[in-house]
Amino acid sequence: MTATLLFVQSLNGLQFGLILFLIAAGLTLVFGVMDFINLAHGVQYMVGAYLMAAFSAWTGNFGWALLLALPSALAVGLVLEALVFRHLYDRDHLDQVLATFGVILFLNQGVKFVWGAAPLNVPAPGWLAGSVEIADGLLYPVYRLAIIAAGLLVAAMLYLIVNHTRVGMLVRAGASNAPMVSALGVNIRRLFMIVFGFGAMLAGFAGAMVAPILSVEPGMGDNILILAFVVIVIGGIGSIRGAFVAALLVGLVDTVGRSFAPNLLRLLLDPATASQAGRALAPMLIYIFMAAILFFRPSGLFPAKR
Amino acid sequence: MTARAPSGSGTQTRFGRRLGLAPFLLFAAFAVAPFLAAFSGAEGYVLSLLTRVMIFGLAAMSLDLILGYGALVSFGHAAFLGIGAYAVGILASQGSAEILIQVPVALAASALFALVTGAISLRTKGVYFIMITLAFGQMLFFLATSLAAYGGDDGMTVPERSRLFGSRLLESDLAFYWACFLCLLALYGLLRAIVGSRFGRVLRGTRENPVRMESIGYHPFRYQLAAYVISGMMAGLAGCLMANQTEFISPAYMTWQRSGELIFMVVLGGLGSLHGAIIGAAAFLLLEEFLPEFLHAAGFLLQDDMRTRLVENWKMIFGPLLILIVLFARGGIMGLLRRGDHG
Repeated sequence: MTATLLFVQSLNGLQFGLILFLIAAGLTLVFGVMDFINLAHGVQYMVGAYLMAAFSAWTGNFGWALLLALPSALAVGLVLEALVFRHLYDRDHLDQVLATFGVILFLNQGVKFVWGAAPLNVPAPGWLAGSVEIADGLLYPVYRLAIIAAGLLVAAMLYLIVNHTRVGMLVRAGASNAPMVSALGVNIRRLFMIVFGFGAMLAGFAGAMVAPILSVEPGMGDNILILAFVVIVIGGIGSIRGAFVAALLVGLVDTVGRSFAPNLLRLLLDPATASQAGRALAPMLIYIFMAAILFFRPSGLFPAKR
Repeated sequence: MTARAPSGSGTQTRFGRRLGLAPFLLFAAFAVAPFLAAFSGAEGYVLSLLTRVMIFGLAAMSLDLILGYGALVSFGHAAFLGIGAYAVGILASQGSAEILIQVPVALAASALFALVTGAISLRTKGVYFIMITLAFGQMLFFLATSLAAYGGDDGMTVPERSRLFGSRLLESDLAFYWACFLCLLALYGLLRAIVGSRFGRVLRGTRENPVRMESIGYHPFRYQLAAYVISGMMAGLAGCLMANQTEFISPAYMTWQRSGELIFMVVLGGLGSLHGAIIGAAAFLLLEEFLPEFLHAAGFLLQDDMRTRLVENWKMIFGPLLILIVLFARGGIMGLLRRGDHG
């Protein structure tokens, strides 16, 4: 029983980790290439989910909704870049934190203004509904497996783009030395815009994918943003590979920890204390994990070479 | 990370001149406000708003010590507010409402938390420091949500305000106002002395160039850690006052958004001037309080339902306003005042 539970929780952790990776990938690139702290990345995830909800209600079809939501999320990212972020690249981190904090306030209220404060639901597509038997008597929702597949697919695609294309080469070069790339005649502003838009689209994609399993509501991006920051800090800022490893670690530690911390503590403490302590400890686990990693490796697991 | 606050300290006289009239006017305003409030017809409202301003001013000022003078962008400062508030709430619900027990416990807890998290966080630099302080703040937030005995997610009502030597003096809003005023004034004086001392100069020197400070024989880490602990303890005290004012504690005191707001108050007022942080807190809270009213008045041409909608969604104006302030009002309110002096 415990083994199957562990297996199911690991799958959930993997799925959560891959969603985190989609968000963290854009964040770490923006961070690494432009040295820009974008707190508004979480609301871009939320906007993705809302766009998905809106288009899915309009078209009544999951596939079409996704096809429409992605370019719209990209457009939102580009508009924000042109209006706000572009003016902040040369500022210090403090200004970036504050201005993007303003963007969060605006967009969290903005979605309330447009769609209301009540949570929205997005139906999963018919062909991905239901559950499948993955082991003896063990049912797992197909849609969650689809998220895992999509996440792995995007991760592979990102790997190919970053490591085997010209744009990817410029992005990597930008992450290690942006002024030098600019001095070599690359239009660094355009590169920034591409990276930014792409990151926004990935976050939007993550939002769109989780829309059917979570409720779409204002502020849904705020907590996941912090987790994405934890991921990129653990992974090493600017490193896609680090983000991938760290996202899976965080997803697994968080999901598995939440269901097993009370059980593990029961070995040491009496049951009542153990469940109390376990519930207190579980949500703190990833932050303790992060503090421990930064204590031993102050610039993350895979620091980008500078 | 560059700091924009004025650097250098100079002699005591130059120091005094640069301080200008602003802090005196500020404290004079807080001192006369209760007397004016008595005539306003809404004494309770004015007092509670200004008490809130002073408490947040205290928290923002404590953050200014490390942010403005040390260039340490701590994104988890709200955690200390939470520690102070929960110390008051938990002790009061255990039956010890004596402020002479509550405050030392809150200060000790804040100091311990600051010492441990500071020692780890200060090993990192720049962005990593922002993120790790954020993570510690979140850790405490989730700890508070899991304290089922003390309200968990929902928080709980504090059974009574702190007692001073067993008397219920602070139950009166006016007495509480003066208590907050005295705290703010005393800690302003203390911080002023700290930043003017050798310790403060080392801290500022580290902000400008840590390597150079190290090479002339200082140990920047120790100074930064000491500043972090002092700052955390002051914010813990602000948390005690906050729990007393609202007579309610909840994890909402330590959300990361609250930490962001504190940073914003400091930057809005102007980094590295102490009273600037108080002015920033006042400006932020008054804006938050009166922007909906203002929008209601400004929307007189609109139809009623549109007007209600505009007022309900005041944050859609507030957010862009923050962005514009960051983009165009560099140096904050104190910066604008200073520019006014020269031009």
